[in-house]
Amino acid sequence: MIINHPLLGPRDSAEFVYMGDASLIERPDPDAEDAAELFHDYAYLRENPAGELRELWFHEGGDRSWLVVTRNTVTHEISKVELARDVARNKGRST
Amino acid sequence: MSQINRLNGGQIDRARALRFTFDGKSYAGHQGDTLASALLANGVRLMGRSFKYHRPRGPLTADSSEPNALVELRNGARQEPNTRATTIELFDGLDANSQNRWPSLKFDVMAVNDAASNFLTAGFYYKTFMWPAAFWEKLYEPIIRKAAGLGSLSMTADADEYDKGFRHCDLLVIGAGPAGLMAALTAGRAGKEVILADEDFAMGGRLLTEQEEVGGTSALDWTVQMVAELSSLPNVRLMPRTTVIGAFDHGIYGAVERVSDHLATPDAGKPRQILWRIYSQHTLLCAGALERPIAFDHNDRPGVMLASAMRSYVNRWAATPAQKVAVFTSCDDGHRTARDLNAAGVKIAAVVDTRADAPSSMDYEVLAGAQVTQTKGRLGLTFAQVRLADGSERTLECGALGITGGWNPNVHLTCHQRGRPAWDADLNAFVPGQDLPPGMSVAGAATGAFSTHAALSQGADSAAKALGVKAADVPEAQDAPTGQSAFWYVEGCSRAWLDQQNDVTVKDVKLSHQEGFRSVEHLKRYTTLGMATDQGKTSNMGGLAIMAELAGKAIPEVGTTIFRPPYTPTAIGTLAGRMRGMEFHPTRLTPSHFWAKERGAVFVEVGNWLRAQWFPIEGETHWRQSVDREVSQTRASVGVCDCTTLGKIDVQGVDAATFLNKIYCNPFVKVPVGKVRYGLMLREDGIAMDDGTAARLAEDHFVVTTTTANAGKVYQHMEFVRQCLMPDEDVQLISTTEAWAQYAVAGPNSRALLQKIVDAPTDLSNEGFPFMACANITVCGGLRARLFRISFSGELAYEIAVPARYGDALMRRLMDEGEEFGVVPYGTEALGVMRIEKGHAAGNELNGTTTALNLGMGGMVSVKKDSIGSVLSRRDGLNEDGALNLIGVKPVNAEDKITAGGHLMNETGPVDASHDQGYVTSAAYSPELGSMVGLAFLNSGKDRLGERMRLVSPVTQSEVLVEVASAHFVDPEGGRQRA
Repeated sequence: MIINHPLLGPRDSAEFVYMGDASLIERPDPDAEDAAELFHDYAYLRENPAGELRELWFHEGGDRSWLVVTRNTVTHEISKVELARDVARNKGRST
Repeated sequence: MSQINRLNGGQIDRARALRFTFDGKSYAGHQGDTLASALLANGVRLMGRSFKYHRPRGPLTADSSEPNALVELRNGARQEPNTRATTIELFDGLDANSQNRWPSLKFDVMAVNDAASNFLTAGFYYKTFMWPAAFWEKLYEPIIRKAAGLGSLSMTADADEYDKGFRHCDLLVIGAGPAGLMAALTAGRAGKEVILADEDFAMGGRLLTEQEEVGGTSALDWTVQMVAELSSLPNVRLMPRTTVIGAFDHGIYGAVERVSDHLATPDAGKPRQILWRIYSQHTLLCAGALERPIAFDHNDRPGVMLASAMRSYVNRWAATPAQKVAVFTSCDDGHRTARDLNAAGVKIAAVVDTRADAPSSMDYEVLAGAQVTQTKGRLGLTFAQVRLADGSERTLECGALGITGGWNPNVHLTCHQRGRPAWDADLNAFVPGQDLPPGMSVAGAATGAFSTHAALSQGADSAAKALGVKAADVPEAQDAPTGQSAFWYVEGCSRAWLDQQNDVTVKDVKLSHQEGFRSVEHLKRYTTLGMATDQGKTSNMGGLAIMAELAGKAIPEVGTTIFRPPYTPTAIGTLAGRMRGMEFHPTRLTPSHFWAKERGAVFVEVGNWLRAQWFPIEGETHWRQSVDREVSQTRASVGVCDCTTLGKIDVQGVDAATFLNKIYCNPFVKVPVGKVRYGLMLREDGIAMDDGTAARLAEDHFVVTTTTANAGKVYQHMEFVRQCLMPDEDVQLISTTEAWAQYAVAGPNSRALLQKIVDAPTDLSNEGFPFMACANITVCGGLRARLFRISFSGELAYEIAVPARYGDALMRRLMDEGEEFGVVPYGTEALGVMRIEKGHAAGNELNGTTTALNLGMGGMVSVKKDSIGSVLSRRDGLNEDGALNLIGVKPVNAEDKITAGGHLMNETGPVDASHDQGYVTSAAYSPELGSMVGLAFLNSGKDRLGERMRLVSPVTQSEVLVEVASAHFVDPEGGRQRA
């Protein structure tokens, strides 16, 4: 596969390490009343769609960016590649 | 020896005679021959035995789809089984042997299977070897193993080298027949980067084997001109002898280039084969079509071959399979074979055409509306039995029979991403479907456009369309209509072979249907149809057609099995490339590696690193002697250990402390500058991930260490937290593992030793540089260094880091300066012994199942702050009464052995899994205690000190009485490290 890195252009997927569902960016609030439940879901529950999935890839053989890659798990078509940091900012993870 | 079946003409170099041997017998051929063409020219039709019935077989094809003519090529370490005689380029000295026969190809004992064929039908193994179960291991399996397999291995390491490479192009053209050549010309003339790959050693495809005109000249001359033009274009790369084996994601194709297979041995420094990864913007598949046979009784005798293959042998290689041949056809194509062979001077016994309206000929007899029903000839064809249109029988004397039932477009690569071919009712064949791999288009016979003109123009147009350029002018060529009927088998046949390699007959397909294995995937597995090295290239369609007929369905309803890479068999060595033996992964050496080697160190692989395991000295005959000495001397005076391989991560920024506070479960915000703190990292699920130290060199600067094994993983994790969870904190990370050489200097004399190399004003006194201090200093007169007062051994100890290029010099300096103290270098074994004696957890204890609580560090998990894993570390399941605790074990009888991996059972009671109390993770001989000691996880272990238990190991069948102890066997108060 080829991942179109937002900063470095098209790169072979062999340069990357895969970590699955990008929902890991949405780490729950540890101070929430139901934090234990929230963290359980966060740590263990994943969607496994046959279709588009937003997933995390680490450019280990490159600039060490974490990327959010939107990939169709059936066709492997990649429709969007973003810097995970930008996604995290948009999710309000900046403190 | 004369080549009795060699004709005039052909594309062989008669000036260059080549000698070769087959089954020990010497023959002559020419440059340009394949092994199959040279054998046929020498009058040899018998080239192999079939897999199951050991029936005598000759070549069916003249290309890579060959099911029959499989040979063992070369000898010694280069011996390779199951190579196709039809694709092996002849070279001088070639040595090939037939396979799957004993004692000889002409007399094969296992051919008794053929007589027993009534029993060896589809599903034979499933039915026969089911019962009684007790027979399986002793009787059935050995028998099956002996009979199984095709060809034999050399049993020595492959003598050749293989390589991998990467190429990029605007257009990849797969197949250099008429469509492929026109596509490459179109793209090449337009200045595009083009790769033209073809599995053959000569480019041209069927243009090399047909007697026809293209552009007013012979097809061969036109091809030669076009290939010459393509060679002259700098933007076109011709890759002959290159098979595209798979269509992968995003325009990436795998291709195997046979660089040296046409040579006796590869040229010096050259690989045998190269696995190319080709990145293409567009791909045009011009893979042509594969001719399909007709099934009739005993259609597998040597001499029976596809009509197009017969034409290839005669036209391209000037080799006829026999002096007198017949043709059995259901379409016009068979008549081309008769015409060409007749023109070449081969006698035509007759053309048997299934069609009542078959075209007639002035040159040979045509039997319209007739069918071949049977053949004769034990080791090669002698007669073909024909049923004429009026029902009468006739016997044709012939040494070869060309058969054709039309052509199947070669759709293989169009299906590599689960695309399904579509049924073309006019052609009675599958053609490429709509869901092609992205970026791929198909042209020529692979689409079902079988005329030369259609192939030429489709090639040009498809390339022009894909690239947005002008199509090259298409030359004049034959454009005959190419209708073909569905004629799969002769009515009433039974022992009629569909899959010749795996011996699947029409009868087997019928049996499979009868027994309920009716889906194509079941049919394949029950009968083994299409399972062999040729993956059913010539056989699948026939089997599908018969199954469809039996099931009363149309062929498209039955469908096809899935085509998967590789297109043709690929050597494992090719896939491995250079990654063999020690080159499987990189080997990392520390800066003082060669110093250690000079000292005679024994090395161990840790991750990719080589680390000194121990340093034997004269007189030591057992590793334990070396390790015990290293431990004792370090504890008595001073030892030095290379710990460069530990991961080092530089953490800088205003928010560095806040960041580490999130990473580690224990607090880091208040670590003062100049201090080191031990840190434990948890995974988000609350399980311990890794441990190490973080040294605060400045307000905004920490140096973090990780275990050797987890260095990469921890770095990745820290980047995840930094980028994804704390995106706007001011913190930067970089791995500096390779930048610093680091040494542990341990033992009561470590301070005295270091005192000799540190520069003023560094004060090493206990007050000036206490336990857990760290500092940037200089040593040896100005060399910058980092000094940490940390201890893994439990002794007074330091770790000193210098820029990597000074590592070797520092080690030598420490050894010289330490001579007065009797300094010893120590390796990973002594390191391990001392950390076990001290009760420090390492990889064996941080094993992915243990928590901070298990490790005796439950109290470290701060409840005043959030850190990764802190929430889930508090869940009930990880905090139940009776949880495992890290403890020490020592044998009651000092001579007994503690085995890591052994399980702890109560002193009395049953020994089984339900009474398991815990397990030993690490064990070593402690010179200090004079016995072995171990670290273990034990249920409620911290409350069971002094208790006796049995340590059992079903693997080593041992049972040892042990006593539960504190994990801190040596200096439990920690007085030494603080001294």
